[in-house]
Amino acid sequence: MSLERPDTTDDAAIERTPDELEALLGDLVVKRDDHLNAPGFVIRPDTVQETLSILKEQAGYDHLSVVSAQEYENRYESIYHLKKFDDPTQEVSVVVPADKDDPVSESAEPVFRTADWHEREAYDLIGVEYDDHPDLRRILLPETWQGHPLSMDYDKDRPQIATLPEHANPLQEHHKDDESDTMFLNIGPHHPATHGVLHLKTTLDGEQVVDVEPDIGYLHRSEEQMAQSGTYRHQIMPYPDRWDYISAGLLNEWAYARAAEDLADIEVPEYAQVIRTMGAEMCRIAAHMLALATFALDVNGDFTATFMYAINDRERVQDLLEDLTGQRLMFNYFRLGGVVWDLPEPREEFFSKTRDFLDQLPESVEEYHNLVTSNEIFQMRTIDTGILPPEVAKDYGATGPVARGSGVDYDLRRDDPYGYYDELDWDVVTEDGCDNFSRLLVRMREVEESAKIIEQCVDLLEDWPEEERNIQANVPRTLRPDDDAEIYRAVEGAKGELGIYIRSDGTDKPARFKIRSPCFSNLQTLPEMANGEYIPDVIAALGSLDIVLGEVDR
Amino acid sequence: MSSDQPFITDESQVVTETRDARMTGQGDRFNSRLREAFGSSPFILTKFDKFLNWCRGSSMFMLQFGIACCSIEMMHTYAVKHDLDRFGSGVPRASPRQADVMIVPGTIVSKFAPRMKRVYDQMPEPKFVVGMGSCTISGGPFQEGYNVIKGAEEVIPIDIHVPGCPPRPEALVYGVVKLQERVANGEAAPVTVKPYELEEFADLERDELVDKLADQIDDDELVMRYNFADSP
Repeated sequence: MSLERPDTTDDAAIERTPDELEALLGDLVVKRDDHLNAPGFVIRPDTVQETLSILKEQAGYDHLSVVSAQEYENRYESIYHLKKFDDPTQEVSVVVPADKDDPVSESAEPVFRTADWHEREAYDLIGVEYDDHPDLRRILLPETWQGHPLSMDYDKDRPQIATLPEHANPLQEHHKDDESDTMFLNIGPHHPATHGVLHLKTTLDGEQVVDVEPDIGYLHRSEEQMAQSGTYRHQIMPYPDRWDYISAGLLNEWAYARAAEDLADIEVPEYAQVIRTMGAEMCRIAAHMLALATFALDVNGDFTATFMYAINDRERVQDLLEDLTGQRLMFNYFRLGGVVWDLPEPREEFFSKTRDFLDQLPESVEEYHNLVTSNEIFQMRTIDTGILPPEVAKDYGATGPVARGSGVDYDLRRDDPYGYYDELDWDVVTEDGCDNFSRLLVRMREVEESAKIIEQCVDLLEDWPEEERNIQANVPRTLRPDDDAEIYRAVEGAKGELGIYIRSDGTDKPARFKIRSPCFSNLQTLPEMANGEYIPDVIAALGSLDIVLGEVDR
Repeated sequence: MSSDQPFITDESQVVTETRDARMTGQGDRFNSRLREAFGSSPFILTKFDKFLNWCRGSSMFMLQFGIACCSIEMMHTYAVKHDLDRFGSGVPRASPRQADVMIVPGTIVSKFAPRMKRVYDQMPEPKFVVGMGSCTISGGPFQEGYNVIKGAEEVIPIDIHVPGCPPRPEALVYGVVKLQERVANGEAAPVTVKPYELEEFADLERDELVDKLADQIDDDELVMRYNFADSP
């Protein structure tokens, strides 16, 4: 069964105790600042690259999950949350304080490519500047924005100006001769193939893509600020539904629930965990169905067959989820310590509806294979296009189906178990093709695995003794986690590792709430896949990444 | 056609002979209920405006415009189960030049508002807007956000608001049908005050902010100025 990790015996896979790590880093460590999830080492701001390369090359921490920055009364701080792709339970945090008056710290970009965007975001929202960064500009807010909105002295009532550069063509200046075939093409922010409001700045040479630069921030809804101004118990939970809004709501809610429950030390009853697992996998099916629908729309360009079929299957899942949670899309179903209510009555009806859905699923998956994956034109468009080698995927922190389509065997449901996943029988799907086709195939096979999980959950729930149906733990009305406790916890969302970093300050609201969005890191790989390919392949690559802008921009 | 019927339906008043003559020998498929209602006359009398409004209301071309969460429900509205096309308004057009209704499905943020205004300006007249979801009414759950425009009406005029977060597809269908009714009845779009407009940078009032940005932005570049303190 592939639930067990393959044996790895090389040096990097050895688990080191925090003290051994400290010894490895030697003088680089200024002091210890342990987080609830991992040991934390405080280092000087000019030794970031040195520290991270030791951890990456000698200790095997090859996954930079996220860079979360924040401002304190007396300093700025960037935290690099590191993990191992082989065993994500081995974590370490590198804490880099920066001066309050002149917040400069060294960039980690030469060590981890993914730090590029994460540091730009930290600069944009918090105001930390990164030395040696290749391109330190704003990423989410307009270029002309005044102030850094998550810093302490930000005045949100001040007027702002946003520009609309009409027909901007940065190439014009340099390419005035008639010989050159280079042209600049804007795709988006309003474009049917960008899955929302994404702007791709593409430079073309003939029909070939020389460079593509995703320009994001057209849906930056200040999600982190919204979470920071809500109380842990009830006010934050509605927002996760709106990060990855492709009805992956329960998966996102779980990310917040997991982080907050571990922070406040809440034990979730087993019965609630089974319901959570079942609901989350229904969401995964719905999300992957939409990924399939829009991918077929992008590649085949038809608004008819595949799209309609997949939406039809989504409707079925959404009906089930509506029965379970009371809403079609924004469920708000999880509570800290459990779920909000039990399965709908009569239970038998819900179970039989779910089973009906599961029974017809293999047939419709077969249908998709007939319609999409065995279609010759589709294969020509997707096989061997948008290549993402596993090493590059790791360097960019790609996770989820994107990483698994490149053969990176990384799934938090198995590797860092939560919920009821470790009790159930299912497989992690990987494909070695590294191309657009593999990524789609991973999603389609994952739908079948999710169906397996749901089926087992239904069996369990059906036989659950009535007196033991405990849907919520006893949670205090107001949660006040300990002062200055810090935690980073992630779950396997529909698009990959969806993590939450929370720092508490002793009040009932988080002092810092940082969302690690899988799409944000996945989208960063687009230039790697697209450069040198033809323009239709860019569209196919973008579709196979299955980004959702609500989660990219947050 | 609107509620008062402009043509004669009372059988006794129609000269039926010609009609009968014409109908005999023809396949049934030529004889719709509408044809029967028209009677012998191949002409109808109505006001040209009224006729045009009826046409507009009965065949609307939507702009394929996805912003945020609501666009997922909007896609469901177009697709199999709910099928907005039943009401003659379910064919999304990718280009604003071909569309006459824009459904605004989601939160408008500062970076996107000028682009949305531009897309709206590119649509040919007459154009109509359906605001979908709470975000287009007031900013919805994100109203407090530092980057969020407090409702789409700050930027473009809106004909119909469909509340909900997100509205169910049924609600959107209802909203669109209501809009069609209004258009068919020739009710004009409401005129709203639009505080945020695209203008050239040089036309802005000189103040501290404008002075500060003066060396970054060209005078003739289009900009949108947000006065967050005055937003509702």
